[in-house]
Amino acid sequence: MSFINLLWVLLLGSLLGLELIGKVPPTLHTPLMSGANAISGITMLAALTLIVKAEGNVPLLIIGSVSLGFALFNVVGGFFVTDRMLAMFSRKPSNKK
Amino acid sequence: MNLPEIIKFVIDLIAVLLLALGIKGLSKVKSARDANRLAAFAMSLSVIGLLSYYLGTSGIAIQSWIWIIIGTIIGSLFGAILAKRVPMTSMPETVALFNGCGGMSSLLVALGVAIFPISNSLENLDFFKSLINEVSISVSIFVGAITFTGSIVAMAKLQGWLSTPRWTQSKVRHFVNIVFAVASLIAILDLINGNTSSIWLLVVVSSLLGIGVTLPIGGADMPVVISLLNSYSGIAAAAAGFVVDSQLLIVAGAMVGAAGLILTQVMCKGMNRSLVSVLFGGSLSAQSKVSSGSGEYTNITSCSVEECALTLEAANKVIIVPGYGLAVAQAQHTLREVTKKLEQNGIEVVYAIHPVAGRMPGHMNVLLAEADVPYEQLKEMDIVNPDFPATDVVLVLGANDVVNPQAKNDSSSPLYGMPVLDVQEARTVFVIKRGMSAGYSGIKNDLFDLPNTSMVFGDAKKVLNDLIGELKDLGVGDK
Repeated sequence: MSFINLLWVLLLGSLLGLELIGKVPPTLHTPLMSGANAISGITMLAALTLIVKAEGNVPLLIIGSVSLGFALFNVVGGFFVTDRMLAMFSRKPSNKK
Repeated sequence: MNLPEIIKFVIDLIAVLLLALGIKGLSKVKSARDANRLAAFAMSLSVIGLLSYYLGTSGIAIQSWIWIIIGTIIGSLFGAILAKRVPMTSMPETVALFNGCGGMSSLLVALGVAIFPISNSLENLDFFKSLINEVSISVSIFVGAITFTGSIVAMAKLQGWLSTPRWTQSKVRHFVNIVFAVASLIAILDLINGNTSSIWLLVVVSSLLGIGVTLPIGGADMPVVISLLNSYSGIAAAAAGFVVDSQLLIVAGAMVGAAGLILTQVMCKGMNRSLVSVLFGGSLSAQSKVSSGSGEYTNITSCSVEECALTLEAANKVIIVPGYGLAVAQAQHTLREVTKKLEQNGIEVVYAIHPVAGRMPGHMNVLLAEADVPYEQLKEMDIVNPDFPATDVVLVLGANDVVNPQAKNDSSSPLYGMPVLDVQEARTVFVIKRGMSAGYSGIKNDLFDLPNTSMVFGDAKKVLNDLIGELKDLGVGDK
C-alpha cells in the first residue's frame, strides 16, 4: 500500500466516523464513547504484527506482548462495560409489560 | 495478490463494514446492544484475519505464539474483571483508564518498531527507514503518550486521588506546557533526522505534556477531556496503522478519532464551554471565585420530609431532576421506589435529564436505567422545559448548576448562557441536598433563595427512604 493510498483511507475513515456519529441521542453518549473507546483498542493488530515479525528478538517480543495486553485490556474491558450499560436499556421493555 | 492476501483483504473489508455498522447501531437505543456485540465480533474477526494471513505466508513461530497468548490472557482477564466489578457511578473514570491503555498500546508498538527495526519485513525492505515511517512513529508515540498520561491523570482526578495543585492555575502552566510541546517537536525532528536515541526524549516530554495539559482542568470539565482523549486514542491507533502498514487500523482509528471529536463538541455545547476554554482556561471554580463574589444566601427555606411528602401527595404532576449527587448516594433505586408509589396514586412522574447530568452525557440515563426507570419517562431538557409552569412539584436530587437560574438572568455569572432546566417555573421546588455547598462550578445557586424553593437537607438516599415511610403513612401507593 502506498502512502498516498493510506492517506485516502485515513480521510475516508474520518468522514465515515463524522457521518456515523452525527445523530446520536444524548442517552447513548456514554455507551457510545465507551464502545468507540473499545474499538480504538484495534492497535492490538499492530501489537500482533510486532510479535509475529519479532523473529526471536526477545525484548521486541516482550514489548509486543505488553502492548497486546494493554490493547486487549482496552478492547475486552470496553466491550464488556458497554454491554453492561446497554443491558440496562434493553431490559426495560420486556420486563415492564 | 496471492491467496492469503486475498483472504485477509476480504476479512478486513467485512470487519470495517461491521465496525461501521456497529458504531451506527450504537446510535439507536433498540439496536445499541447488538451493535456493540457486532463491533466486538468484527474485532475478533480482524484478529483471525491477521493471524491467518501470517500463518499462510511467513508462518508464526512457537515463541511468538507464547507471547501472544501471555499478552492476550493477561490483558483480557484484567479488562473483563474490571468491567464486571466497577460500579456504574464510576463509569467516566473507567472509560478514562481503558482509553489510556489503548494509547499506551500504540505508544509501545511505535517504540518497538523504532528501537528494533524489523529488517526482514516481507512487504518492503526499506519501509522502516523511510521518512513517512519516522513521522508515523513520532505521531504514534506523541499522541499515545499524551493519551496515556492524560487519561491516567483524568482518572485520578475523578477518583479524588489527585486534586488540582495551586500552581497549575497560574499562567506559569502555559509556559511549562509550551516548553514540553517545543521539546517534543525538537525530539520528533531529531528522530526524523535519524537520531534514534531522541525517541526517549520524545516519550518523556510528551508524557509530561499529557500531565501538564490535563492537571489544571477542573473536575467539571473532565468528561470533555476524557472524550477528547478518546478521540486521541483513535488518532494514535491510526498512526500505529501507518507504522505497521495496516488499512484496517487506519480506518478504525480514524472513525474513533472523528467520533470522539463530535462527542466532545456536543459535551462542550451542553456545558456552555468552548473547547479552548476547557483546555486552556483552567478550573472553572478557580475563575469564578475571582469574577463573581459568590454572595450569601438570604432567603433559605428548609422543610421536613413530612411536608415534602404532603405536598407530593397533593400533586398531579411531578418532575424529578436527578444529578450526580443522586448517583454518589447510590439512591437511584430508592428514588424508583418513591416514584412507583406516586405513580400508583395516579400522579404523573417525569424525569428531566439535563444533557450533562451526572458526569457525562447519558451517564444519568444509564444510572436510572439501572434502577428500572422506564425509558419513556426520561425527558430531555428541550422537551421538558415548557412543562415546568404546569408542574406542581419539582424534586431536585443532587443537581445544582443545571438548575441555576443565574444562567438565564445574570449576565455577569460564569454560568450565563448555559442551557438550564427552568425548575423555578414550577409551583413548588424541593431541593434535596446535603448542605449549602456549591456545585461543580463553585457558584451560588439563586434557585435556593426563591420563595417557592424549599431545601430538604440530608443524604439523598436517607431522605428518599424517609419519604417512602412518610408516603406509606399517608396511604400513598397502597393497593
